[in-house]
Amino acid sequence: MSRHPMILRHSSGERLNHWLVAILFILTALSGLGFFHPVFYWLTGLFGGGTWARILHPFFGAILALCFLVLVARVWKDNRITSADWQWFKHLGEFLRNRPADIPAIGKYNLGQKLLTRVLLLCMLLLLASGILLWQPWFAPGFSIDMRRIAAVVHAFTAFVILISFIVHVYAAYWTRGAIRSMTRGWVTAAWARHHSALWYEKMTKTAHKEPSKT
Amino acid sequence: MALQSLDIKRRSATTTPSPRVRATLEIAKLIDLSKCIGCKACQVACMEWNDLRDVVGTNKGVYDNPADLSARSWTVMRYAEVEPAPGRLEWLIRKDGCMHCSDPGCLKSCPAPGAIIQYNNGIVDFHQEACVGCGYCIIGCPFNIPRLSATDNKAYKCTLCSDRVAVGREPACAKACPTGAILFGSKEDLLEHSGGRIADLKERGYRNAGLYNPSGVGGTHVMYVLHHADRPELYSGLPRDPGISPLVVLWKEIAKTVMGIGLGAAIVGGIVHFLTQGPNEINEEEEETL
Repeated sequence: MSRHPMILRHSSGERLNHWLVAILFILTALSGLGFFHPVFYWLTGLFGGGTWARILHPFFGAILALCFLVLVARVWKDNRITSADWQWFKHLGEFLRNRPADIPAIGKYNLGQKLLTRVLLLCMLLLLASGILLWQPWFAPGFSIDMRRIAAVVHAFTAFVILISFIVHVYAAYWTRGAIRSMTRGWVTAAWARHHSALWYEKMTKTAHKEPSKT
Repeated sequence: MALQSLDIKRRSATTTPSPRVRATLEIAKLIDLSKCIGCKACQVACMEWNDLRDVVGTNKGVYDNPADLSARSWTVMRYAEVEPAPGRLEWLIRKDGCMHCSDPGCLKSCPAPGAIIQYNNGIVDFHQEACVGCGYCIIGCPFNIPRLSATDNKAYKCTLCSDRVAVGREPACAKACPTGAILFGSKEDLLEHSGGRIADLKERGYRNAGLYNPSGVGGTHVMYVLHHADRPELYSGLPRDPGISPLVVLWKEIAKTVMGIGLGAAIVGGIVHFLTQGPNEINEEEEETL
């Protein structure tokens, strides 16, 4: 443990939910990529071959969507976009160049994270809906071929967007030192909280003064 | 596995060249609907040669039996009672089945390497042992031909008797046809032959007689001689201008390119950003202030 004062950023429930989503996302992506481009077809071998990947992929995806929706519901209260976020957005260039001096104070998550939540949510819903139309042998035969063609296009493009979002999310977590620990151990240092989420830090320290610590 | 004596033009979900050292003759089947009497000998011969027995269906009040293609019925006769001109009733009978397109939508859509093979001779064949059962071939086909089996979740359709053709024999349906309505031979010869048939039909009053060999799919290796080539839809909905759906092209070609570029850019962008800007970290002095 750090010798610095710590604040709980993600509860154990949030952490478990997040990593459940992460594992299901990786399983869904690896089992689905082979169907998108032959370059990735070897990945189906991880699941016991093409037929097994085809069978498992929709089940991974459906459970993923469910777990993701629960996670979004948990963190939604900190994901509302405020005017402070748009002030922060004007300083995005400085943020990306590690020049934090003039960046305005924001809440628990920054606008990038909040937009990511929305993009992921939209993609997840579109992937779920289009995936049901393509799900053999259970649901696909119930839809017209034209509908399934549209679903195939929607599924491919939203999968692409969600993969890009995933790469951005993983990189941003790696880039921001302390972020991964906040999702594995749950804690951030007080200075980290003040640096990245000043308004959230104020709120947390105020409540900490008012109420006994819940940790 | 591919048939040894048939070279391969295209193989599904494969990015490298397929074995094709021989120069194979392009073959085709010409179905002259003006000669077809609807006897279903071709259907029986198909069942017989391929050893397929579909479940006994129900009478729908029409001659179509079975009512549709299935994993066990690779060809069906479709009977249409139409009035091409007022007061003129015609019974148009069409042997439906895979058209063996030069540009097959099924093969383009298929994600399983080697599950769909296009031989150099023009036959498009499904290799069920490589099929994963995703049903994408059904989405890709402009003629609504492939069917997934409820027994094994593999896709099936007419093989143009690739196993017979590989050893120099004609397809079973062509052999069985009692009126010579189904001809098998080189595509070039059959195109020439169809010219004579069409001229004959025109002489007998079918002014719009013609060949159905649609260019939207690069031509087909099952061709029809139609009395009403200007209205193919009269023949139980034969598509007028079939082609691979633009949605399938968007899905299978454009999406792949966009994704390749996008994913590559995201990864390279991350690496470059980290190497030039370094991590977003809080220094020790800032940590000490609390």
